[in-house]
Amino acid sequence: MRRDVLTGSYFTLGDIACAEGALAAGCKYFAGYPITPATEIAEHMARRMPEVGGVYIQMEDEIASIASVIGASYSGMKAMTATSGPGFSLMQENIGLAVMTEAPLVIANVMRGGPSTGQPTKGGQQDVMQTKWGSHGDYEVIAFAPSSVQEMFDLTIEAFNCSERFRCPAFVLADENVGHLREKLVIPEPHEIKLIERKRARGDPKDYAPFRPDEDLIPPMAHFGEGFRFYATGLTHNERGLPRTVDPEVHAKLVRRLNDKIRRNAKDIIKVERLYLDDADICVIAYGIVSRSAATAVKMARGMGIKAGLLKLVTVWPFPSDEVSRLSEGIKKFLVCEMNEGQIVREVERCNKCSKVAFLPKLGGEIHTPREILSAIRGGEAR
Amino acid sequence: MSQLVHPLEKFVRPGMASRIWCSGCSDGIVLNEFLRAIDELGLDTSKMVVVSGIGCAGRASGYMNVDAFHATHGRAIPVAVGIKVARPDLNVVVISGDGDLFSIGGNHFLHAARRNVGVKVICINNFNYGMTGGQAGPTTPLGAHLTTTPYGNIENPINLVQLAAAVGAVYVARWTAFHIRRIKESIKKSLAKKGFTFVEVVGICPEQYGRRQKMPKPIDMMMWFKKNSVISKELDPSKAEFTPERIVVGEFVDAEKPEYTELMREQVNSIIGRLEKEGRLTNAEI
Repeated sequence: MRRDVLTGSYFTLGDIACAEGALAAGCKYFAGYPITPATEIAEHMARRMPEVGGVYIQMEDEIASIASVIGASYSGMKAMTATSGPGFSLMQENIGLAVMTEAPLVIANVMRGGPSTGQPTKGGQQDVMQTKWGSHGDYEVIAFAPSSVQEMFDLTIEAFNCSERFRCPAFVLADENVGHLREKLVIPEPHEIKLIERKRARGDPKDYAPFRPDEDLIPPMAHFGEGFRFYATGLTHNERGLPRTVDPEVHAKLVRRLNDKIRRNAKDIIKVERLYLDDADICVIAYGIVSRSAATAVKMARGMGIKAGLLKLVTVWPFPSDEVSRLSEGIKKFLVCEMNEGQIVREVERCNKCSKVAFLPKLGGEIHTPREILSAIRGGEAR
Repeated sequence: MSQLVHPLEKFVRPGMASRIWCSGCSDGIVLNEFLRAIDELGLDTSKMVVVSGIGCAGRASGYMNVDAFHATHGRAIPVAVGIKVARPDLNVVVISGDGDLFSIGGNHFLHAARRNVGVKVICINNFNYGMTGGQAGPTTPLGAHLTTTPYGNIENPINLVQLAAAVGAVYVARWTAFHIRRIKESIKKSLAKKGFTFVEVVGICPEQYGRRQKMPKPIDMMMWFKKNSVISKELDPSKAEFTPERIVVGEFVDAEKPEYTELMREQVNSIIGRLEKEGRLTNAEI
């Protein structure tokens, strides 16, 4: 038996499942700062990391947490941090640094209600747009929205795999409701867990250009202390990693590649689940905890003879634009249900071609009930 | 005829021959002394990582032919902590300026020193934000005129040596750009020590600082350091006075304390040892 993959069935918390998922993915470095409702991830890592020979370190704030995770990632460790809204806001600048220096790492954001200190103990889905646009500059991210304790485990592994494959930060964008949910978790055998490791630098260090991509647009990564003597900077840099901050071509080429390495692979990354969509007139779109209420509501609607279906977003970023555009051609209405004042609904409106888009928001930390969603499916109050 | 090669050329990153630093700036002096120190110690530079933040001094990491990381403003120390904790076998050095390390990044300095993580911090203190054009910063002397203190600075500067000593650095020294051999000796000493070390080099910034304080030529600031600095022979940070009239330089702390990554390794070994002995996989409740 391995200490990093504790194969078995458990009745446990979403936050703990996230931590165990990270360990099963090979994470060996966790840096964090206490914050409700993500603290249980840190507490569990504090106990578990030494058992697998890894590092748990409580940093002085969330800025230091993400900065140290970048340092650990460049030193060869799979590394992560976990936080919630206020801490996530503090991390934004260094998320951009991770994008620019192509540091593979994972950030779990267990979302609570904002703005500001907001509702520390209540759930929300208000950081979806911040995940995509929070740091300055143009960049693409990969973000998963788990809806169950099992998905907290599975999608944390998926986030590590994506971050390693594409050399970028990847996000577990959970809501408090899932983070603090307690239900069944099955941890599989180690051989059943598919892991992806970053492409490593090879060859003569003299010829190594740390940001020269292969055909897949991803540069092989050297770690500190391997003799490659490379330089990584948040400044605009050429393929050798040297600052070239006033050359328009170097900048455009770099930023396009950072975006394209994710955009071109969006089909591989995007995961959705479809329920009764083949003949649907109305398509509910939801993610995270809300997708569970939505699934129940859609089943209730079907029981009443209403042709409703559900598109559950497992990845919120990259957004499944093509799928939503295609769906809009066959249905009459989208109904987007989110625990915010309207974030993913804007993406749906952007991709919609010829259907109506209705929006059912919910604020305050409570989850939409299936009845509320059913009522909106039947034409009740929605925006 | 054979080509003349500078003895430190081997430590300079290819393609980075031209520096951004102004004529008369002392960042080059510190870089030189740092390279001499690693040369004299015979350190394996493939096992060295230099991290810096933003600002003139922050460019030092890129000029050296070692693994180097140029972080965001103020965040060199936490990046370095992540590297040191992940790879305790590497020599992890931070070279950055006073604004980067003690204004925007001040909190990280406190906590890295408190933990006694084996990161070596070298701060080039030039009293101002040079790269952005000479704004006042956390070490600007009272009364100094800069672009953001046009009527004179009314904020007290931080005494970096006393701060470093108070938060637990195991080695603390201050020199000015005038004391080049002493800078090198202190860097050598700090590189050889375990734990968190701090070397302050009071620097020359003729373009942004000096010329606004009636010291327009590089030599003016150098003469100021020569005239007003006093070498302390006591390992006593309370003696580390720093005013424009009296700059006390020297070594102020040289102590021994358990280093963070060693404590961490000991703890990890004992936790794993106990689990193995008891035939258990985890202490956690899942």
